Parts: sequence; structure tokens; C-alpha cells
Amino acid sequence: MNFDRHTDLSRRRLLGAGFAISGLALAGCASAPSSGPSIGRVVIIGGGFGGSTAAHHLKLWGGNVDVTLVERNPDFISCPISNLVIGGHKQMADITRGYDGLRALGVKVVQAEVSAIDAAGKKVRLAGGGELAYDRLILSPGIDFMLDGIGGLAAALDSGRITHSWKAGPQTVALRRQLEAMPDGGVFAMSIPKVPYRCPPGPYERACMVASYFKVAKPRSKVLVLDANPEITSKKGLFEKAFKDHYAGIIEYRANNELKSVDGTTAKLEFDDVKANVLNVIPPQRAGDIARSAGLVNMNDRWVGVNWLTMESTARPFIHVLGDATFPAPLMPKSGHMANQHAKVAAAAIIQLLKGEAVNATPVVMNTCYSFVTARDAVHVASVHQFDAKEMTFKTVPGSGGVSAAASQVEGRYALSWAENIWADMLAL
Amino acid sequence: MNRLPLAVLAALAFAAPHALAQDANLARNLAATCANCHGTNGAARGEMKVLAGVKADTLIAMINDYKAGTQPASIMHQISKGYTDEQIKLIAGYFAAQQPRK
Repeated sequence: MNFDRHTDLSRRRLLGAGFAISGLALAGCASAPSSGPSIGRVVIIGGGFGGSTAAHHLKLWGGNVDVTLVERNPDFISCPISNLVIGGHKQMADITRGYDGLRALGVKVVQAEVSAIDAAGKKVRLAGGGELAYDRLILSPGIDFMLDGIGGLAAALDSGRITHSWKAGPQTVALRRQLEAMPDGGVFAMSIPKVPYRCPPGPYERACMVASYFKVAKPRSKVLVLDANPEITSKKGLFEKAFKDHYAGIIEYRANNELKSVDGTTAKLEFDDVKANVLNVIPPQRAGDIARSAGLVNMNDRWVGVNWLTMESTARPFIHVLGDATFPAPLMPKSGHMANQHAKVAAAAIIQLLKGEAVNATPVVMNTCYSFVTARDAVHVASVHQFDAKEMTFKTVPGSGGVSAAASQVEGRYALSWAENIWADMLAL
Repeated sequence: MNRLPLAVLAALAFAAPHALAQDANLARNLAATCANCHGTNGAARGEMKVLAGVKADTLIAMINDYKAGTQPASIMHQISKGYTDEQIKLIAGYFAAQQPRK
């Protein structure tokens, strides 16, 4: 295992005048926040569920760690709950939160694009100029899209004719506007890529949310779900029941319908073409581009392999990777909730590595994913993953986890409370 | 503790103050897995149950009821079964020492 304890200690001793001798003693009592010299510099790229949580918990648990969070957007906009905005049940303000809570804890929030990671020199270069040196880097880049396999898609997304809306923000608004502008009796078609992709139940929740809008506002309209997978990939029985109970005659689900190309708002499949008024394509995905250019993508040419005790990349030392960009442990979903859990494993480990301590050998992560099936009713899937020291990976605990018995308003309220709590846990609200 | 690899045990044995810190961190780290729903340090908002300041015995009994199925739940009967009794004890001890939101 590459904990680099000794390397780190010697480097840290060089950090500041007067720190060399007292370094170990100070590290031992660093629980008092922001007192004494810094124990190290951590740069975090990406202020989503992973990166923000890491920033918060480095400050909460590490005291005087220098933490710089680099994020391209001025505010955090949540993917979870964004399908409710698309359905017209929530507004953008409901899913937007700021970084002031992290700033108040002493996190330096830099709004910038990263142009390159210099892994050998342990520096991050910013697109607008400037460099940030680090002792440990956390990369939580989310996903980027693989557009080459679907003819015409890149240009259609660029032109705004087709949306992905798989990163919340302007794309969320754009899809909502297209749905509002669509005539009653129109067809909304959405394409779902083969697994693995971010948020497995998300597409089916989206189908429900769009259908819930049509049911009230445009009852002659259709939702056509074109799924590249052989069946619904998450909460299958619960979504099938929702489609039947609430949206019979509105939602049509088609399995094994992989998108080949797009032409205008027509989806071209292997055997037929589907003309839509509004076409929403969730493209196939891979780790965020910055992970690729940094040489971190070492699994299936798509994802980043990590050491699960530290979240450190297996490709480059001193770089810890979180969330959707990672090659997952068995049955570990790509979710914001899981990215938050990754971040806590990383934050705890990085503080210990900076102090020259042993890292937690028995980490646990868990996932809860709520999906709305109507404006008020939600369903969940949950799992608990314990570290398996023999196989050096997380494994779900037999007999634990599962899905809702049925959709309910109680779970709808829990889903919204989940969002408030996890946003606060990330952003120190 | 019996699940720690030798290297970790050795590191703990040679660094007594750190060994204590490691134990404290374990409870903290486990409790942090609950925070997504129950708030940072158990100081939940909205409809989620506040765990901060709940007596350890009360929380342990509650979790055991979820595990046994004697307390109906929407989700906690599934999540509670993912944690060992020892882990639940550590989590409960940690939350008992926390403050709810003012």
C-alpha cells in the first residue's frame, strides 16, 4: 500500500520555519481548529457531492489543514431533486446552494477551471493562469460524456436542440422550457445508456416527473423511454408499478433500444426511427475529462481505480479520487450520496496521512437513493458496504439494504429532508 | 479491533496517543455514514430523526428493534442490518456526546 507516510512527514517538516521540530507534537493535538501551523495543503477539484463534503470534513476533522476548493460554477446545483424541476414541481432556487458555509470554515473557494494537473510536481494549473501546490489532491470531477458513438449528438447538444440534463444547471432549465413549449399531443422521448452511468434510477424518475407534468398540463402527450438496457436498471418493480398505476397511456417503456444517432429531434435506433417533439439523450459516460488528461483513467478506459482505504488513485500517488469517476466496488452505485461517503473516507485518511498516522482499516460506506414517482410519492434503494480486508474492496452486507415496499408520501418527505441534510453535510450550511 | 491488519496494529502499538485517536476516529467515521440523512454529527433537519444528544442505550435499543423488525420502518430496518453490534455501539456513543442544532 502506498501510504507514503515517511515521505509526507519529511516533506511536511520542510513546510514552514519553526515547524520541523514540533511537527509531531502539534499533529497529535490538532483537534483544536485553526490553531498552530498548517499540517498540509489539500487542493480539491470539483465542488459537488464529493469535493464539497471533503472540504467540509477536512476542516471539521483536521483543524488546521489548508483547504482550497476549485469549482467552475459560482454555486452548487444539485442533480438529485433536479428531476422535480424538470417536472415543474420545484424551482432552480430549491436545488441551488452556495459555498459560503465552506468559506466561513476557512476553505478557500476558487471559481476557476483547471487546465492541468502536474502529478509529478504536485501542482494544479488553472485555466485563467496561476498554480496551486498541494501535498494531497482530491479530484471529484464527476462524469463527462462519450459522444462519439452516437452520430450527430455532439452537434445537437451544442446547438441546444437536444438536452442531456444529466448535469444540473442550465441543462435542467433548458429541458423544462422545451417541455413547456411542447404542444399537447407531442412526444417526449428519452434515451438511457447502458450501465454503468451516473444515478441508476434517475432516468426512470425523470420519465415519471415528465409524465406527471403531462398528466395535468398536456394529457394527450406521450413519454417514450428508450432504454439501451434489457430492463429497468434500478427499483424495477417499483417503477413498473408507477408507470402502470399513474401513467398508463402516457409512458411507454422500450427495453433494448440503444440510440445509434440523432437527426433533428428524431432518435435513430437499430431497427426504427422515433420522431419526438422533445428529445432528451442521457449519453454514455466516463470519468470527468480532467481525470483522463491527468493520466488517472486506468479501468476499462473509462474510470479511475482507487485504494478504498484512502480513495487514493491506483495510477498516481497523492491524488485521491471520489464519486462517479471511480471504478466502483461491487454493487456500489454512482450517486451523490456515495460520493459524500467516499469523501469522508478520503478526508479521514488524508488527515491521518498528513499527520503520519495509520489510516482507518475498517471503513464503512452506505447509500440511500430516493426517487420520486409522483410529485409527492417517492421510493428508495439503500445499501451498506463494509470494507473487506482480504479483497481490499467494499462489499455489501448480506441481508442488509433493499428497496421500498411501496411508494409513499412519507418517503417523499424523507427524500426532501435527505436533500436538505446532505446539502448541509456537504456545504456546511 | 480484531479485524485490523498486523501493520495497523503495529502502528497503533508504537504510537499510544495515536491509538486512542484512532479509536475516537472510528466512532466518528462510522457516525459520519449516518449524516447524509441525519445531519452532520446527528444534528438533523426536516423530518429526519435528530440523533445528536440521544442517549446511547436508547439509540442502541432503537436500532436493535429495527434489526429485529419489531419497530416498523420505511428504510432503517434495511440499513441497520448493515452494521455490526459493535459498530452500532460506537455510533450510539458518538451521537450521545453531540449537540442538536439550536
